[in-house]
Amino acid sequence: MIDTEPATLEFFEVRKSYGPTEAVRGVSLAIPKGQFVALVGASGSGKSTLLKTVNRLVDLDGGSVLFEGANVAGLPLPALRRRVGYVFQSIGLFPHMTVAENIAIGPRLAGEKLSQDRVAELLELVELEEGMAQRKPDALSGGQRQRVGVARALAGQPRLLLMDEPFGALDPVTRDALGERVRKLHGELDLTTVMVTHDMTEALLLADRVLVMEAGVIVADETPHALLEGRGGATAQGLVAVPRAQAERLAELAR
Amino acid sequence: MSDIWQAMLGLGDQLAAHVVLSAAAIALGVTLALPVAIWASRSPAVARIALSFASLVQTIPALALLALFFPILLSLRSVFGEGLPTLGFLPALLALALYALLPILRNAITAQANLDPGVIEAAHGVGMSNWQRLRLVEAPLSAPYIMAGIRTAAVWTIGAATLATTIGQKSLGDPIFAGLQTQNWVLVLAGCIASAGLALVADALLGTIEKGLATRRRSLSLGGLVVVALGVLAALASQFGDSDERRIVIGAKTFSEQYILARLIGQQLEGAGYAVEYRDGLGSAVAHRAVATGAIDILVDYTGTIWTNQMKRSDTPDRNAMLAAITEWEAQTSGTKVLGRLGFENAYGLAVSGETAARTGVETIADLASLAPRMTIGGDPEFFERPEWIAVRDAYGLRFREQRNFAPTFMYNALQSGEADVISAYTSDGRIAADGLAILEDPRGAFPNYHAIVLLAPDIADPAGVSAALRPLIGAIDVEAMREANLSVDREIDKLSFEEAARRLGERAGL
Repeated sequence: MIDTEPATLEFFEVRKSYGPTEAVRGVSLAIPKGQFVALVGASGSGKSTLLKTVNRLVDLDGGSVLFEGANVAGLPLPALRRRVGYVFQSIGLFPHMTVAENIAIGPRLAGEKLSQDRVAELLELVELEEGMAQRKPDALSGGQRQRVGVARALAGQPRLLLMDEPFGALDPVTRDALGERVRKLHGELDLTTVMVTHDMTEALLLADRVLVMEAGVIVADETPHALLEGRGGATAQGLVAVPRAQAERLAELAR
Repeated sequence: MSDIWQAMLGLGDQLAAHVVLSAAAIALGVTLALPVAIWASRSPAVARIALSFASLVQTIPALALLALFFPILLSLRSVFGEGLPTLGFLPALLALALYALLPILRNAITAQANLDPGVIEAAHGVGMSNWQRLRLVEAPLSAPYIMAGIRTAAVWTIGAATLATTIGQKSLGDPIFAGLQTQNWVLVLAGCIASAGLALVADALLGTIEKGLATRRRSLSLGGLVVVALGVLAALASQFGDSDERRIVIGAKTFSEQYILARLIGQQLEGAGYAVEYRDGLGSAVAHRAVATGAIDILVDYTGTIWTNQMKRSDTPDRNAMLAAITEWEAQTSGTKVLGRLGFENAYGLAVSGETAARTGVETIADLASLAPRMTIGGDPEFFERPEWIAVRDAYGLRFREQRNFAPTFMYNALQSGEADVISAYTSDGRIAADGLAILEDPRGAFPNYHAIVLLAPDIADPAGVSAALRPLIGAIDVEAMREANLSVDREIDKLSFEEAARRLGERAGL
């Protein structure tokens, strides 16, 4: 990976505590434009907290985060959040709005009305039928809802997509299909993507770069290939060992 | 059944007043509760304090809460001027609005607290400002729960509004209190059925709105809202449609004699071309302050009551000296005018049943002292707090085994059923003769005299004309005539209405 372009995201000595617990303990990191980064770690490792410092759902105790060269602390909050697509595990569709209204909410907040064609286009991006537009979220399956969640995140044409355990609540088949879809969209729409997940398999299969967090610090920063070759240290290899063992057993069973 | 139906048909005015009062109280409650609920959703401390306050208010009996607003508003007159009403609509509105706070506040705060945190995070995540989050997400999602709270508040308020009668606000409580007074169960039932019916209708309509909000069917919630608005508007129109004429307001305390005399005064004034209305069921202390502050225009009060309770005097001068002193005191303290004595006395007297009198030979209160430790005394709810009772008790050294409170109308029943051996009877009460009761003599003159006198408020419109119209009543009513009139509305069978009893009393007095 050659780092010539200016980074889309830069973290400098980022710190965050909740009471006596230090969730993030001085993380410094640069994510260049166009990269698909997976942030992997166990529960409580600080990965979600680190992600949320970008769109300031979490306020920093120390350090700084730069988005396209500008310190996020100095950006107007609603505008910052509208420029950053955000998808998360509990999906958070507004239950009193239709699918179309949910997708159009970001532009609506900025005073723009999203055309019907654009809604249809966004639905097509996430492989949903146009007819879904007028349904309420409670008439959709879990997978369909998260597809709408992704469409909503993309409606404002963001250059950065943040995903916090986006597929955690979905069944394995849906999860795989939606993961593939998002990876394709990442390329087609020229996005920079940061995905938090506790699932190393997902990280290895989707990401260009895997960051492993433990106790508030980044303990490994490798390509999937390098991780599979055994690099990245003990914690990372502990996480890689699980899918590797599963793959070997499956291969044996198939023989 | 047809009696009740008849009585209910006569309640249109009270129903309209009830609707206006309840709707205004709920609207005020909502207006107060919603901003507090929004603030509370941003601050747990505010939520705690607001809910504790609303719960505290809820523990005060509605009747007491209504009564408490009289002194509160009276003291606020120093800030807002003498024009601030202390009885009637304003205190009823404030008390009922406070009462409506709790269910609305609790539901609104609970709804906010139970919003899906994922949805709230999404609202932040898509870049909503605080105001946008409130308007686009929190308010629409909380609306059905808040509406459920408003619905509960409406049912409570419509029920509690019947108590507004006691502070001089017209409501569906009027027939209930008048009926309780005279054991006219038809009137009581008519009032209860009307207010319960109103509560059910309001509940159903607000329920429709709630359902519309919950299922996001705008036509349903709008339809419900329109019907509610039309009902309130119709009530408002009927209440304020004919209010250009200045009515003279005649007050009455909580017993039959007062209701009858108020009607008699009203009939005299109507005969002279005045428009009148009645504020019935006022507490004794409230009634005097009401006339002194101009909340009502005319009241029949009793010399001994003013002497001991308002003037705090404990001596018992003769009737002329007492009347002169009261006239001067009223003129100096508030400007209230004493028109004169009606002619009869309604004294407190201790009464025993004829059977008790025969068995024990008791004739005077002094005789009672030795029997008292084995007896139960019954009094109206104010009696044992009144200075007259304390004076009599101490003058004769009375120590009863037990003292019990009864509504005036039930006191006589208590004596007959043996639940009380002695009661604080009123000497003009027709039931004394009808039940064959013995009034015990007061040889030490511990009870003052209680001549009925007519009081006119300081700011009454056209005092000369009103005085002239009422002058024929002065000295015209003797105690026999008053007893008969009282009995005609209090007896079990063949009851007269207050209006009819007043008409007959007027005829007998030669008017």
